[in-house]
Parts: sequence; C-alpha cells; structure tokens
Amino acid sequence: MVKSYIPLTLDECLKILNQNEVKIVAGGTDMLIQNRSHTSMPIGFKTDVLYISNIEELKKIYEDEEFVYIGSCCSLEDIMENELVPVLLRDTILEMGSPAIRHTATLAGNIGNASPAGDSLVPMYLLDTLVEVRSINNVRKVALKDFITGVRRIDLNMDELITKVIIPKISYSNGYFKKVGPRLSDAISKLSFAGLYSVSNGVLKDIRFAFGAVNVTVVRRRELEEKLIGKKISEVKEMIEEILKWFEEDIKPIDDQRSNKEYRKKISLKLLRSFIENIE
Amino acid sequence: MAKIKFKLNGEFQEIYTNPSRRLLDVLRDDFNLTGPKEGCGEGECGACAVLMNGEIVNSCSVPFANVINKEIITIEGFSKTKRYEVIKDAFAEAGGVQCGFCTPGMIIATESLLNKNPNPTDFEIKIGLSGNLCRCTGYNLIIEAVKIAAKEGEGLW
Repeated sequence: MVKSYIPLTLDECLKILNQNEVKIVAGGTDMLIQNRSHTSMPIGFKTDVLYISNIEELKKIYEDEEFVYIGSCCSLEDIMENELVPVLLRDTILEMGSPAIRHTATLAGNIGNASPAGDSLVPMYLLDTLVEVRSINNVRKVALKDFITGVRRIDLNMDELITKVIIPKISYSNGYFKKVGPRLSDAISKLSFAGLYSVSNGVLKDIRFAFGAVNVTVVRRRELEEKLIGKKISEVKEMIEEILKWFEEDIKPIDDQRSNKEYRKKISLKLLRSFIENIE
Repeated sequence: MAKIKFKLNGEFQEIYTNPSRRLLDVLRDDFNLTGPKEGCGEGECGACAVLMNGEIVNSCSVPFANVINKEIITIEGFSKTKRYEVIKDAFAEAGGVQCGFCTPGMIIATESLLNKNPNPTDFEIKIGLSGNLCRCTGYNLIIEAVKIAAKEGEGLW
C-alpha cells in the first residue's frame, strides 16, 4: 500500500520531499479524478502521496510595491475574492469550475497540472507571472512561461514544492478573458483567449494577448506584441490581417472529444480579431 | 493509514483510515450518511455536495487527508437547523424538487450561497448553483426556490 504524508508545516513538508519520492496533492480536484480507475472505485495512487492542503503558511495573499504574492494552497475562491489580486485573474477564476470546485482547487495546482487547457494559465502568462519554488536547501523564482515545459510537464525537481505564485502589478486600460466551452461552469475549455492593452493619447503603450488550449501550452509572443507598441490605434487596426497571419503556425490545436482543430483555430483568430478591432 | 480528527455534524470524530479515501466514501460507508450521493464522481454534478467550514465542496473530490480539523456538515446535520426549514419550505413552495437525487446538493449549494450573500441577484443565484446538475426541473423552479428562501429567511443569514 502506498504511504501518505500529511505535514502541517512547510518545514516538515520540505523534509519529507527531501527524503521521499512523492506525488503532491493540494485541493485534489484534479489528482483524485486522474488517479481513480472508475466511478465508485477507491483512489489508486501508484506512488506515495504528499497532502499539502493543511499547511497554513501557504494560504496567505499579500503584496509589496511591485508584486502580489499568492500562497500555493490558497483556494481559487479566496483568490477570486481578494482585492489585491488583478481583476483579469479574478474574472478568469469566476469562469473556472463551480463554487464547490473553487473552494478547494488551487492556482498552484492549475500550474502543477500544466494542462494545455488550464484556464488560469492564460491570464497569468499575460501578467508575466513568476513561480516561487522551494526545497529544503534552496528557493528559486522562475517565470511561469519557463516553468511549464510541455503538456503536463513542469520544471520541478522531486525535492521541490511550488510555494507562491507571484504576479507583477501592472496598470492597463482594458483587459478580458474569454472562454469557449460547452457549459458556463465545470467545463474544460475548447479554447480560451486573454488580452489587455494600455492606451494614452491614441497610442498603444502596451498590448498583450494569449491563447489557451491551442498548443502544448499557452501561446503568447511578446516580440510580436512589441511590434505594435508605440503605434496609433488606427495603424494597429489596419494591420489586422497581418497580425492574424503571425499566429498561423503557433495556433496548432488538436482534435479531441471537446472540439476539433478547425473550430479551435477559426474561433481563436476571431477572438484576436475582435480584440484588436475593439481597442479604444 | 492515519488518524484523522474532524468535526462532523457538530460532533468531534477521530478515525483511523487511509487518507486517500474520498470524503464521500467515508461519510457514506463509515458514518452511514447517505444524503450526499455519487452522481458523476468527478466534481461536475454536485450531488455529493457537503459544507466544509461552511462552504460547499464536492465530497467526491476531497481526499480525506484534507479534512483534518475541518468542520463537515452534511444534509443530515444541516436538516436540524432553522435555515434548513426555510430552504425546505421554499423548495416545496416553488416545486423545486422532482426526483430528489440532486436535492441534498441543491440545498447545500443554497446554504453556501446565502451564507456568503443573503440577498443574491438572479445572476448570483445561477453562479451559486452552477456546479449542481438537475435533470428534472429545468432549474427555473430551483432558482425561484432560492429567491423565496432569501426572502422568507431574511435575518437568518
């Protein structure tokens, strides 16, 4: 039978990670489903399990001048209701799961799961989010876009734990997240889009946009966004056909039970078009 | 295996069990509380809903390890409260119950919503119930029931 570890403090948790090979479980909303064989069957973890949701130190949300820090065991509902958290991310969380899921699921869990369809990842990529990772001997901060290395793959060593999600504070004129799914709640996205921009005197000071569920991970291309910064809104709108072409190769979705690649690509590009055409 | 202490429907409990069991199975098999039901078994239907520290959770996707020192209230425990009486009467008045399979979860969702927001708008009610599926009523009657409960139970939440 597999062993379960249930630490109550971070120190205790990091010691366990240092000495054992374990699967880490926070809220459990994905892990329990992924590790059961069939409805009503006991959960069958194949490796030892580390339950981190009783660690109070990881449930804090606070800020300094530059960043908002979100502990990795904060529930999505707590994050959604906290005014320190950027509105774009709070609005996105409202479209994730349902109240029952949001009371237990975590943001760090959405990162650790690294699903191509993870909704929170899209706004977090836009906001240049960082991940704080700790082991017993070390702390490091990694950009989220580098931390996620592929489909369900992250840059986390066996002795490490995600301890914080760190979001730079930025100001912008307008921004939104758009999810395309079959049901308002509890739906896994067919695709998603997030965009934000900042305008001053008719000139774009910043523009960011990203797509979810259309590649192995979130698609965002900062170097292309930079081509638009400093241009007048009217100039950017005239470039729309060219901008859509930039993503010809990056948007390469798959066919699966939720949607097909033609639909995903077509709607992603329509959402980008609508975002650019509505800049004001 | 681990010894896990928690509060269930107002009483302290301590059981020695596998922490990877689902809260739903512990409630139904060890405590014979069959109000929470397994519908989808993957967190999408809300039939297994219970209150954890006053907030709705799906007991099919909560590992028992996460229940340490928490307070769990099932529909059985909640049915001893005045708030339950108000919600029950509202569901009866609106006709928000047909086959009844989703009803324990719907009532838990209503309590969790009103506890946070005693005067919800229509949109807020829809969000509050959005994780609970009902295949009989078409939802409008349940939304109506929540409105009646909020009105009749004014001051209770």
